[in-house]
Amino acid sequence: MTLTIRYFAWMREHTGTDLETMDLPDGVGCVGDLVPHLVTKSAGHALALENMQVVRVAVNRTYGDLETPVAAGDEVAFFPPVTGG
Amino acid sequence: MAVRVQTDDFDVGVESRALQAETVGGIALFVGTVRGLSSDDGVTAMVLEHFPGMTETELERIEAEARARWPLEDVTIIHRVGRLLPGEQIVLVAAASAHRQAAFDAAQFIMDFLKTDAPFWKAEERGGDRRWVESRDSDSAARDRWSE
Repeated sequence: MTLTIRYFAWMREHTGTDLETMDLPDGVGCVGDLVPHLVTKSAGHALALENMQVVRVAVNRTYGDLETPVAAGDEVAFFPPVTGG
Repeated sequence: MAVRVQTDDFDVGVESRALQAETVGGIALFVGTVRGLSSDDGVTAMVLEHFPGMTETELERIEAEARARWPLEDVTIIHRVGRLLPGEQIVLVAAASAHRQAAFDAAQFIMDFLKTDAPFWKAEERGGDRRWVESRDSDSAARDRWSE
């Protein structure tokens, strides 16, 4: 079972992808546990996820935070603060 | 009840007439447009990206919260995505109620929450340069006053 990771706006541009899948690493129970694994993927990932205080998170399209639990099959989205309207 | 995310433009007159009903005494409409002059330099275009699926869910949630707070007969929220030019319409929020105060307040409430919660992102183009718009603290403040 895998996780789907999505990025939007400048996070998508930094990582070079809008969607990637990964196997759920051992010991990952929440969104915050995922970040150290994601930043090793590329220099762009490291840049995109450099300051998690400005990044917003959604798990299965519902707002969450770094403490939100993740399990195999989940979709985890990372994006900057929204600027619509 | 209608939430729409689309690339096409919308017709405010058509949308307003669609909310008219015998029980409705007032319709408050807000139309957001692309501002060509941001600070001191000219924006040549605005590119809007969103999170398909989550965007609609968030807008429906915001509408449901507005309906729980005010006696609304109907609500329409339309937000455009893609590349828009200065002066073009971006967003429409329309709230219909028996009385004007509920319609005014609900439209403002929906816009305030849309600004901070609906997953849209804007990039401004100036000539060949493209830059992501940063969120504003004033938008969070506008939303937070509803919980005071």
